[in-house]
Amino acid sequence: MDKRKKTTILVRREKKLNKEGEKIMTSPEECEALRTAFSGPHGVEEKSMLEILVKCNPADLTTFRKNSPGIFSDDECYFEKWDSSHMKFLENEFLRFQRAVIQRTMHPWERDALLVRKSLEEKPPLYNLLIELACTRTSEEFLGARKAFQCLYSESVEEFVAVRVEGFQRRLLVALASTYRYEGMRIDEAMIKLECQKLGRAIKIDKKNEIEKDDEVLRILTTRSKHYLKTIHKCYKESYDSNLEEDLDDIQILRDTVNCLCAPPIYFSKILDKAMSVGPTEQEIEALTRVIVTRTDVDMKDIAAEFNRKFGAPLIERIEAAALGNYRDFLVALVKRGMAN
Amino acid sequence: MATLLAPEDFSPGEDAMALNKAFEGWGTDEKTIIWILGHRNADQRKQIRLAYQEIYLEDLIKKLKYELSGDFERAVCHWILDPVEREAVLAYEAIIKNYRPDYRVILETALTKSAEELLTVKRTYQFLYKRSLEEDVASHTAGDMRKFLVAVVSVYRYEGEEIEEEVAHSEANILGDEIQGGGGSGGGCGGGALKGAEEIIRILSTRSKPQLLATFNYYKQIHGTSITKSLGGDPADEFSAALRAAIQCIKNPKRYLQKVVSHSMNRVGTEEDALSRVIVTRAEKDLKEMKDVYLEKTGRSLDDAVASETTGDYKAFLLTLLGNQDYF
Repeated sequence: MDKRKKTTILVRREKKLNKEGEKIMTSPEECEALRTAFSGPHGVEEKSMLEILVKCNPADLTTFRKNSPGIFSDDECYFEKWDSSHMKFLENEFLRFQRAVIQRTMHPWERDALLVRKSLEEKPPLYNLLIELACTRTSEEFLGARKAFQCLYSESVEEFVAVRVEGFQRRLLVALASTYRYEGMRIDEAMIKLECQKLGRAIKIDKKNEIEKDDEVLRILTTRSKHYLKTIHKCYKESYDSNLEEDLDDIQILRDTVNCLCAPPIYFSKILDKAMSVGPTEQEIEALTRVIVTRTDVDMKDIAAEFNRKFGAPLIERIEAAALGNYRDFLVALVKRGMAN
Repeated sequence: MATLLAPEDFSPGEDAMALNKAFEGWGTDEKTIIWILGHRNADQRKQIRLAYQEIYLEDLIKKLKYELSGDFERAVCHWILDPVEREAVLAYEAIIKNYRPDYRVILETALTKSAEELLTVKRTYQFLYKRSLEEDVASHTAGDMRKFLVAVVSVYRYEGEEIEEEVAHSEANILGDEIQGGGGSGGGCGGGALKGAEEIIRILSTRSKPQLLATFNYYKQIHGTSITKSLGGDPADEFSAALRAAIQCIKNPKRYLQKVVSHSMNRVGTEEDALSRVIVTRAEKDLKEMKDVYLEKTGRSLDDAVASETTGDYKAFLLTLLGNQDYF
């Protein structure tokens, strides 16, 4: 689907007639606007639909259908049939605003518990979503999500995760899902230097594919406090002149873990960009809602700043260009609110 | 039920002054200390600490540490703490103080409590030591022991009563494969090295307690022997010993603690730390039931055993906590 500038165009002009001599109420521009309103992939343009569809008479609608080959086709039938996959697509797009509203209104614990469930029930599983939940929430927030999970599903997050993953992934994801990190600022500088060296040795000197077997890397990432890890990140950069997450690039889940723990705004701004670029998956698109709704009260200012820095355009501008209708307005309002906090 | 005998009326100020008098002069009047502190519940002890701080501008615990010594001092200084604080302190000492962490204390801390109680201990631990319990356990252990202990300490277990029979059955088989598949013996009496540890750790550290009990029952049905027997009795294999201890603790915490107490007095010399720990931590909870279990299993009363295996002020203090009035 093409992305076009979304403005509704109501044009006052003389009544026109089509080939069959029927009255047409809408202009080609309005047809185009209507087409855009139906095209997603981030919501639907309710305003256009409201104004233009109401204006349309049957002749206009026929013209519209005949001129929207991506949505309708009349190859086999005697009429312009709505393409069934587009119909499904459109249903989903109508629901985007609804889902955003529900996510915003729902108790954060319930919301996160549902997301945890989803992360491993999707095929393929969304490990980065689980990592995001476990690492970007505070200890108390994620504990709340774990309680809600038990309430909803009569089992603990730990058993749910452990039984669905194996090997290294199990060790990392179960540890992340069950940790209750110290959230304070006290750190042991000497220990940090030591553990920074351990990480450096494991990553730079030992074979890279042995990292998964390295208990110390796992221990440090899954038990140390966030402030501690941010300090190690800095120490690592000073000692080895590279970023920890870049050096772990081969192992996606480790890289996501480091990003989520040490610099959530960087992680989130990347996800937002991916959601609004060309050809994202449905999961990647949904992340747009999730990130905006869940971070508006936390660190939206930092995310917007990082987004601007990295992608050269203000976040609000990108959303206004990519999204439609109420969904767009809702997201933009949440971003503005987050930035004002 | 508790064994502690504490009066309803008391005056924290008077107690604080009496304690201070006991510290004065040559030596210390241990009997007064035992008489007062050994007959005060947690709330009362807290008030006494506050009163002492107010009147004498000194921390009562610091004073006790200075005035007393040995096993008696350790028992009293643990006793005087608020119960949750005490659990955090015991865990810390078990991890940090010795050259090797005492895994039994860590398992007791984690497995004799509800999920919420364990959470409260972890919060208190963070408050006291500015690190999480998980990170300290992790950084002082290694290998399978680390994986197991960290997992057991971290989990926020589901507390519902539901049991999934199919899962219990299948996990009993999985446990059998890991335990009996190793060492080449394949027999019912284990003793060989474990084939692996991933699944045992997963099952023991994530499943709810009712679910685990069902799994242990199926294990016995399928393999003809209890899971603890299968894990063998090689004392050099610390990891298997830890697994056994965890399973026993999950099956029956009171019986497990009774064993800890029996064991502490069974050797040449007594393991005072273990003995104190159990008596001090359970005196206000269920030490009475434990005494019954002890009598049933050993044919001897716990009071008699403690009286014969310990001496001096330490003995007097433990017996007071056990509910003896007439020891003076």
